[in-house]
Amino acid sequence: MNGIHDMGGMQCMGPIEREENEPAFHETWEGRVFGMFFTNFAEGHFNVDMFRHGIERMGPAEYLETSYYEHWLHSFETLLVERGVLAEGELEEKIASLREAGG
Amino acid sequence: MTIANEGSSIMADDHTHNEPPSDTAMRVKALETLLTEKGLLDPAAIDALVETYETRIGPRNGARVVARAWTDPDYRQRLLEDGTKAIAELGFSGVQGEDMVVVENTGDVHNMVVCTLCSCYPWPTLGLPPIWFKSAPYRARAVIDPRGVLKEFGVELSEDVELRVWDSNAELRYLVLPQRPAGTEGMSEDELAELVSRDSMIGTALADAPAG
Repeated sequence: MNGIHDMGGMQCMGPIEREENEPAFHETWEGRVFGMFFTNFAEGHFNVDMFRHGIERMGPAEYLETSYYEHWLHSFETLLVERGVLAEGELEEKIASLREAGG
Repeated sequence: MTIANEGSSIMADDHTHNEPPSDTAMRVKALETLLTEKGLLDPAAIDALVETYETRIGPRNGARVVARAWTDPDYRQRLLEDGTKAIAELGFSGVQGEDMVVVENTGDVHNMVVCTLCSCYPWPTLGLPPIWFKSAPYRARAVIDPRGVLKEFGVELSEDVELRVWDSNAELRYLVLPQRPAGTEGMSEDELAELVSRDSMIGTALADAPAG
């Protein structure tokens, strides 16, 4: 499938930036998303091919503007709704209620 | 290993944070909360996974494999013939390392690894990929200008060295077996492993020269 994720040979992507002594996770939430990769598979919600396809279906602008673990989060959200694990809008409601409770 | 302190209080202790969590952190917290409430996720399992990948799974594992291959010709042979099996001999196996291919650098051939389509990476031997490996510029350029990329990483390959770029995929993961540096003849396996950097096993660096 052709898409923004198929990056080999694209030009003008800018310099390769490296970071010394990089931690496994830069933010706590990245580790939580990483862990959900395992728990979501274990629950049988989807497989790795569906997971990748969930990333590859992202719009090009959003794909380029978001980080690796945000791609993962996007795919989890898409697939969990498509598989009926989460209802449409359920996540937004939970976010609102958590914010209400003080974050 | 330390984790980013910034934001670490967001999930760990809801009562002590001073700044509101970012939108993304909040989305993740909401998702984790929902799945936990539905009985589909155990937060303790995630804690354990995070700790495992922060402390126990990383490029030191791959360095053990390389050092063994440098010191044990039979092991090297097994490693090149069936990477997955030989790596498992040292206890490294599992998710994202199910099908490993080991490619050997020689005086004539240099190998480097990319995943142009996403960021496939051999977790059991190298841990989680660094940001640059996951970045658009590396994924784009590694296959169109690999010598230029290597130069940026400080590796100047002679023109007569063949450069092979391996594009990982969802199933197949590569590990580069770097060349053993000169002047390391008397060194032990443990000492040799210290010379094997993460990048040397991706192929964007050579193994370090011995000190002094």
